[in-house]
Amino acid sequence: MSAPANRLATRNLTLGYDHRQVVRDLEVEIPDRSFTVIIGANGCGKSTLLRALARVLRPTSGTVLLDGKEIGAHPSRHVARTVGLLPQSPITPDGITVAELVGRGRFPHQGALRRETPQDRAVVERCLAETALTDLGQRPVSSLSGGQRQRAWIATALAQDTELLLLDEPTTYLDLMHQIEVLDLCARLHAAGRTVVAVLHDLNQAARYASHLIVLREGEVIAEGAPDAVITAELVGRAFGLRARIIPDPETGRPLVIPLPSQVTAK
Amino acid sequence: MTTRRAHPARCRAVGLPAALAALLVVCVLSLAIGALPLAPSAVWHGLADPASGAYAVVHQTRLPRTLLGLLAGTALGLAGAVMQALTRNPLADPGLLGVNAGASAAVVTATALLGISSLSGYIWFALGGAALVSVLIYAIGGGASSTPARLALAGTAVNAALYSYVAALELLDTGALDKMRFWTVGSIAAAEPGTVLRITPFILLGTVLALGCAKPLNTLALGDEAATALGAKPALTRGVAIAAIVLLCGSATAACGPIVFVGLMVPQVAARITGPDLRWLLPYSAILAPVLLLGADIVGRVVARPSELEVGIITAVIGGPVFLLTVVGRERA
Ligand SMILES: Nc1ncnc2c1ncn2[C@@H]1O[C@H](COP(=O)(O)OP(=O)(O)OP(=O)(O)O)[C@@H](O)[C@H]1O
Ligand SMILES: [Mg+2]
Repeated sequence: MSAPANRLATRNLTLGYDHRQVVRDLEVEIPDRSFTVIIGANGCGKSTLLRALARVLRPTSGTVLLDGKEIGAHPSRHVARTVGLLPQSPITPDGITVAELVGRGRFPHQGALRRETPQDRAVVERCLAETALTDLGQRPVSSLSGGQRQRAWIATALAQDTELLLLDEPTTYLDLMHQIEVLDLCARLHAAGRTVVAVLHDLNQAARYASHLIVLREGEVIAEGAPDAVITAELVGRAFGLRARIIPDPETGRPLVIPLPSQVTAK
Repeated sequence: MTTRRAHPARCRAVGLPAALAALLVVCVLSLAIGALPLAPSAVWHGLADPASGAYAVVHQTRLPRTLLGLLAGTALGLAGAVMQALTRNPLADPGLLGVNAGASAAVVTATALLGISSLSGYIWFALGGAALVSVLIYAIGGGASSTPARLALAGTAVNAALYSYVAALELLDTGALDKMRFWTVGSIAAAEPGTVLRITPFILLGTVLALGCAKPLNTLALGDEAATALGAKPALTRGVAIAAIVLLCGSATAACGPIVFVGLMVPQVAARITGPDLRWLLPYSAILAPVLLLGADIVGRVVARPSELEVGIITAVIGGPVFLLTVVGRERA
């Protein structure tokens, strides 16, 4: 087993639920300081992989390595201070306010009995500001729109203040403007030196923002690397069963995926 | 337009001394009111001055009764709040989910079949019965992924079965259980100084465990996935929380029989002041539940003079409608 070059990597990773395998023999590395985007069809194992990378799901076999050591062998608080996760469908407690929710992201930085420190409060304020929620801090989360709620959860993951941040579909429920805002926020975090891993469904956003792409199909990596090299019409066909034309984005030069109508293939 | 609530942190901090003051008031009332009414000054003399005429009644009956109400109330309020957090179910209550019935059934079994009739003997059975039912309900109810309806159904079924069992034993064995009428309806009237001493360590330990769970339970409320990613240990936290519930409910039931609805109502009222943060909700529940329990006990002493109504009847009379309102309120929400 070769030593990984990056902080977060997997070796022969097999994942599943109750004996049903979802991911087989996966070898991926999350390049340090990258903005890695994972794409793939519904049910192909993206969330499952993210769970394992955040030490939430124990591997059936194989390992997830954090800093060269099996992730489960690190103290759980150390992992929680290093790798943050925004789950795909977290639970919002009844009656919780936005600021309180974001404050719960500080858990790994607090002692068992200690109350919030001024530093905790400063981080919460900063995360609220970064997600444009400062004015909504005292509102119950249940009274927010779906997009505002999603931003509150992103702020909670940010408050964990980790060098590696795993975001499972952070742009779901958001209108286009807020999708771009969240992706710009990820890009800023990336530019500031953090490693960001996000699951996205919009291929064009993935191509535009990612520094590194991982394409999954039925639990296997079918392509990885820079978006320019990875996104081809052939790959889109293999990953999603979709006919597409790829043209350079006139704005950025990155690949732009134009889906083609499917009935044309019928002949 | 948005309605902005007052800053919750401020309400919480102001409310705590108010809740403590309310507790002090009901304690004094509980010492003063009864077959022999005492003025507040007489209560004070009865507590402190052995030469006072009220010394005997205060020390032999009123003080133990009040202290038992305090301990049992705290136990049920905390257990209810922890249960509601653990199951993510605002309708969870140690009485409704059968934990108290489990303790009750175990005590009645020990008394009727093994002839154990002292609290120090059967408190272990009460704890065992509470533990058995807790694990059973948690398993039948679907554990962390339970739905409120499924859990409530499991609790109702277990409750019905256990209370029929208790009733059957009582019919068969009138002798040993005769003096223990409170095994079907909770009461703190028969408290003796020994009762209080016997259950104090269990309730103290349960309280420490429950309060210690507050922070990790706060993260578990976000779902196991988020909680684990935040470094919490869901399985460990659940284990400690269930141990706290068993200690609190088992010892409270051993001393006063099954009391329903206190654990349901108090955390709901408290949550209106504190929000869902268990670091506040648990202490508030621990203080407000004995206010309710002692208040209900005092009402029971005066409504049916010269006789008394058991506190368990009063809490059920208040709790039934509150339970229904909660269900209706949730349906609307
Ligand atoms: N908790 C679970 N228990 C059992 N099976 C699960 C669980 N979570 C996911 N699965 C199954 O594992 C497979 C992969 O699921 P996963 O959530 O990783 O997909 P995904 O790529 O994130 O899909 P999506 O784009 O829809 O979010 C699916 O077949 C799903 O049914
Ligand atoms: Mg997913």
